[in-house]
Amino acid sequence: MKISEVARILNANVMTGEDKLDMEIHSACGSDMMSDVLAYVKDQGVLLTGLMNVQVIRTLLMMDMNCVVFIRGKVPPQGIVEFAEENGVVVLQTALPMFESCGRLYAAGLGKAEEGAEGINGEYGADDE
Amino acid sequence: MSEALHYHFDVDGASFANAGKASVETKKLLRQLGVPPEIIRRISVAMYEGEINMVIHAHGGDADVYITPETILITLKDVGPGIRNVEEAMKEGFSTAPENIRALGFGAGMGLPNMKRYSDDMHIDTRVGVGTTIELWYHLT
Ligand SMILES: Nc1ncnc2c1ncn2[C@@H]1O[C@H](COP(=O)(O)OP(=O)(O)OP(=O)(O)O)[C@@H](O)[C@H]1O
Ligand SMILES: [Mg+2]
Repeated sequence: MKISEVARILNANVMTGEDKLDMEIHSACGSDMMSDVLAYVKDQGVLLTGLMNVQVIRTLLMMDMNCVVFIRGKVPPQGIVEFAEENGVVVLQTALPMFESCGRLYAAGLGKAEEGAEGINGEYGADDE
Repeated sequence: MSEALHYHFDVDGASFANAGKASVETKKLLRQLGVPPEIIRRISVAMYEGEINMVIHAHGGDADVYITPETILITLKDVGPGIRNVEEAMKEGFSTAPENIRALGFGAGMGLPNMKRYSDDMHIDTRVGVGTTIELWYHLT
């Protein structure tokens, strides 16, 4: 799924990264705990989070993820948006809560088995085909 | 490892906002050196968890990266409170982080297990009241 599609489905504002909306992402993860993200996220994913500090962006960088969605209508401070921009991370912002955001993306097909994304050690691959 | 490339970082224990900078820098260095991306990602995640731990649990410390053609070693050394029970600390979900740390997105008790998962070898040397040194080893060949 393209990042532009994620933005459309979530009715999200694009805070930075307009030029990268054509990028394909293959999985998503929703969490406010960064170590959970670091443990479980798949390749090339988008992170949905209600947490709003610079560590969210560093977590994405460590994982080679390229898009974050800030949920529940929270608006990220300019410093975070700038840090994301410097590092090529797309920042989206939606009024939807976590459950509905994840539900909409999942229903639209993001992160389902046929996308075939694997965990960083390969242990989270599709196993229900 | 006398012929190793060596990079040193001071990890500032007073600044949560700066925590993770050494890991971001290291990631850039490893990219420039042409280390395979999958290995870089494992190193980045493990080092970042260790760096955050040094800041939230141990008032900061020293991070060192040693690189040879065969191995990469990351050491994270602090003179913080030490870990009372390493076996317990290694369990997924075990955390002593207070609520104010959880509000910052840390304290799930996943950091040490992640470091183990994303390294080839991990050694923890810790003494209560003295400090903690963690070694993360990666074999490139
Ligand atoms: N450098 C350290 N110095 C002292 N204690 C530590 C250190 N690193 C970890 N610990 C102890 O081990 C526990 C488990 O660490 P771990 O990184 O797994 O979880 P956490 O930091 O509490 O939460 P998370 O990593 O999920 O954000 C910590 O809560 C803390 O009590
Ligand atoms: Mg931790």
